Formats: sequence, C-alpha cells, structure tokens
Amino acid sequence: MAAAQMTAAQAGVPKAGKPKRQWTRASAAWSAFKHDKSAIVSITMLVIIVIACLIAPLLPIDPNATDVAHRLAGPSAQHIFGTDQLGRDYFVRTLYGGRVSLLVGLLAMLTSLVIGIVVGTVAGLVGGFVDGLLMRIVDILSSVPWLVLVTVVSVFLKPGLTSIILVIGLFSWMEIARLVRTETQAIKGRDFVQYAQLCGVSRTKVIMRHVIPSALPTIITASTTSLASAIMTESSLSFLGVGVQQPMSSWGSMLQDSQAYMQNDILMAIIPGLLIVIVIFAFNKLGNVMRVFADPQVMSGERD
Amino acid sequence: MAKYIARRLLIAIPLLLVITIIVFLLIHAAPYDAIDAMTNPKMSQETIDAIRARYGYDKPVWVQYFAWLGGILQGNFGYSIVSKTSISEQLAVRIPNTILLVLPSYLVAYVLAIVLGLVAGSHRGGKADHVIDGIASVLIAVPSFWLAMLLIFVFGYLLRWLPIVGMQTVGDGSFVDVLRHYILPFVTLTIAFLPDNLRYVRSSTITQITQDYVVVQQAFGAKRSEIMFRHVCRNVLGPILTRLGMALPMLVTGAIITETIFSWPGVGPYFMTAIKGMDYPVIMSILILSSALVILGNLLADVLNALADPRIRQGVIA
Repeated sequence: MAAAQMTAAQAGVPKAGKPKRQWTRASAAWSAFKHDKSAIVSITMLVIIVIACLIAPLLPIDPNATDVAHRLAGPSAQHIFGTDQLGRDYFVRTLYGGRVSLLVGLLAMLTSLVIGIVVGTVAGLVGGFVDGLLMRIVDILSSVPWLVLVTVVSVFLKPGLTSIILVIGLFSWMEIARLVRTETQAIKGRDFVQYAQLCGVSRTKVIMRHVIPSALPTIITASTTSLASAIMTESSLSFLGVGVQQPMSSWGSMLQDSQAYMQNDILMAIIPGLLIVIVIFAFNKLGNVMRVFADPQVMSGERD
Repeated sequence: MAKYIARRLLIAIPLLLVITIIVFLLIHAAPYDAIDAMTNPKMSQETIDAIRARYGYDKPVWVQYFAWLGGILQGNFGYSIVSKTSISEQLAVRIPNTILLVLPSYLVAYVLAIVLGLVAGSHRGGKADHVIDGIASVLIAVPSFWLAMLLIFVFGYLLRWLPIVGMQTVGDGSFVDVLRHYILPFVTLTIAFLPDNLRYVRSSTITQITQDYVVVQQAFGAKRSEIMFRHVCRNVLGPILTRLGMALPMLVTGAIITETIFSWPGVGPYFMTAIKGMDYPVIMSILILSSALVILGNLLADVLNALADPRIRQGVIA
C-alpha cells in the first residue's frame, strides 16, 4: 500500500523534459554571470576571502600574540596589514574576524531560512485563518525597525554567539516566508500536487516532496540576499557593542575598536569595512545571478 | 473616504493595545524592576514593601498594566531605572533633535531616489542606468557606520573642516555652528536612505515600461516624454507614496547608528545607553513609540494609497 502511494506520487511528477529546462535555466544564469563584470570580480574576491578565512588556522601566525613594541605599526613584510593597538598581526586577526562574521551570517541565514520555509509553506498550504494570522505577524515584524527589535530581544538573552545568531535569524525570516508562501500557493493548485493529495499522501510528504523542491530556486536566491543582510546586521550590532563580545571579534567589532585609533592607523578602519562591503556586494550579485535561474521572467527582460 | 479611514483606525487600535500588553509583560518578565533600582540590599524588607506599595507594585498585574497604560496615554512613560530621570522629559528633548536630522535627509534621499530611479529605469541598459545602478548596488553594501567613520576621518581628522561630535560647540549655539555639526550626519543618513528607494523606483519603472499600455501609446505615436510623465510616472509614484508613510517610524529610530557615532543628542545615544545599562523602562518606551509609529505609518500609507488610487477606496481591489 505504502509502495503504491509512493509510485503514484512520483508518477504525478512530470519527469520528462524537466532536466532539460533546468539546464537551459542554468546556462542562462551562467551567461548572465559571464556578462556582468562586477559580478565576476566580486564573486571571485568573495571566494578568495572565504577560502582565506577557512584556512586561517593553518597559518603560522598567532592572532592573539601581542607585541607592544610594534603596536599600531603600518604594513610591512612581517605584518602585511600592520598591527593593532596591542601589536597583534592585523592580517590574521582580520581573517579570524571574517570567520566569525561569515559563520554568524551563515547560521543566522539558515535559522531564518528554516522559520521562513515553515511559516511560508504552512500559510500557503493551509490558507484561511492561519494564513491571515501568519501574514499579519509577518507584516508587523517586518515594519518595526529591525534595530529596535533585535536589541530589545538581545537584552533578554545571555550575550554570546548563539544569541546573536538566534536574534538575527528570528527577525529576518519574513521575506523568505512571503516568497515561499507565494510559491506554495502556486504549486498547490497544480495537478500533480492535487493528485498526490487525492491518493492520500500525507501533508508533510507533499511538502517535502513537491512544495519545497519547486520552491527551491526561489529559496536559494533569497538565501544569498538573506546571508548578505545577516552579515550587515551582525556587523552593525557588533559595532554598536551589542553583538560579538570580547575576546571574540568580528569585522564589526574590529571596526568599533579601530574608532579610537583612526587618527594613527586608518588602515585598521579601512580593511574590515572594505571586506564587509566586498562580501555583501558579492552575495547580492550572486543573488541577482541566481534570480535569472529562479525566475525566467528576469531573463526575458520582463522584470528586473 | 472618511469611512475608509475610520475602518482602518478601528483595526489599528486593538493592534496597538496588543503591543502595549506584550511590552508590559516584557517589562514585567525582566530580571529586575524599577523597585530594585530604588532600593538597596541594606534596607529592611518592610521599607522595601513600603516603597513597593507606594509605587503600586504590590497590586495585581492587570491593575499595574492599566495604571501604566493610563500613564502612557497621558504622555507619562515612567522613569529610567539608571538615571532616575523622567523618560518623557528626555524624549521631549531628544525626539526633535532626531527629527531635525532624519526628516531633511530622508526627504532629500527620497527626491534623489525618485529622480535617479526614473532616469535609470527609463534608460535601462544605457550608460546612465549602468552608473546609477552601479552606485546603488555599491551603496547598499556599505554599512552606514563605516561610511560615517570614513567621513569623520577625511573631513574631521585629515582636512579638519568639520566638527565630528555633538550638535554644537559648548558655549556657541549659533546657527552656523549647528550647521557645521549638521553636515556629516546629514550626508551619512542621506546616503544610507538613498539606495533602497532608488532601486525600488528603478525596478518599478522598468516593470511599468514593459507594460502593454506603453506599447499601445508608442503605437499611437505618443512622444517618449509624454508617456513618461503622463503614464509611467503616475503608476510608479503610487507605491512610492506608500513607502513614505511606512517611513514614519524612522522619525524616532531611523538614525540610531548615525546618531551614536556622531554623538548627536537624539534618540539614538539615549537608546544605546539604555540597552547597555539594561534600562528596561527606557527601552520599552522607545519600543512602544516606534510600534505606534509603525501602525500609524501603515495607516498613513493606506490612506495615501487610497487617495492615489480610487479603486482601493471603492473596494474594487484590496
């Protein structure tokens, strides 16, 4: 019986022709990427930055080794980005800061992705009162200034990396929920989903097997933008001193520290900021390229 | 029209009440309260109870809620736990300072966004579009605090042209002095507000230009400028007006980061100090104020929308 249901559900998926469509979409996205110089440059830089941050622990320099005699030093062969106020190597510190920034961004994005997908599919599939209620919550949350919400909630949580990730994730899922809801509503009416429901396939299975795979391109696209804004939020919070706490540092908190030494060592203020700009710009560009993949209307020039 | 507004108001009021209940419960759930700030461990339990009774903290939660709500309706937000000063008095000084900064910079950014967005959108793929869209996508990636730091470095430290802290030099309250303090935070905020609206105007212009009615107009030989100003502009500006209404909460919380960096005596530094000092009454007052503005802003947006689009008034479309 169970096996029969499965095949029925699978048979409902129009298999023929699908891989080919995906392929043309992918090549459209690839050609959109190839013709966008700023996308090529920024995404290449992003890849280099991410790899450098990942391999930072393999470098033979200790990010916490102080050298007070050479504090606030300019770039040299020994310290390519110079040193900070305690004589610590700024290059390695930047890479370690990047690890924190990227990690917080990634996990916060995943948190908001999970909440957004759950709320979006439930609202889209169930409809009616539940849909109305969930969308009202989405409306309210997305209109209250995020900085106020995030800081208010962070007061009630113990400071730490987990809280920052949770706080950012808890207040950034609304856009994804909206997108997934629209996709779900469109999918709900399609023959293969109705057929699967008719065959008695459980709701969870319908969601996992049909709704989420169909919404996947949209979800992936939204997640790159969400990642960019999570990194921005984290850096603003850390800059204001309510984000990442000592001894850990992120690009945002490094910028906060650098404020006091700006007159002597402007490089300390420029490098982490520039990295934030490059990373966010690149993730946004990546999102744009992926939109060509997710939404054929973009490719045909009907939307931008 | 009046009926439409009245209906919207009726929806807004219960929403506001729900928000006050949530905020009150948050204050109530906080690890310590205003009484802990007024007392110290050396006091006897009787004294503490007496203080508690005097401020009404011994009453049931719902009585406390209504007392608190009554206070807020009369414009009394209570007292800061840390500095013991009246929150309403502080806000009455700080909100005008914030508005002074946010309103002009938002309006300048708004007008710039509309003009540049229309130019870019109507010349899609052209040189102007490339430049404008390029600048917007870079600016969207620039954290406003970093921009402020760079401005401080260049104009404050390097060139020494402009002051970088506060709203006026002590002992010098002249207009020119305030203006000099005004420039850097104003520029930072204008640039911070610009890219979002700009991209919005650009993409809705592009959407409008590919609509059938534009093709029909072209087919009938209408001039490009005629199509732009008579038809496209009108359709683009409707949703933009809505965004103006939604921006209402910005008047209080739109410049928290910028104000903090430049020590501008507005709501921003007040809020950040309260956050760091766990000053719940202050935090919650600002939360209530901005939620109320969010709801009012949505109301304003709906009304503006209804004014711009008769179909909404008549209930043809939602």
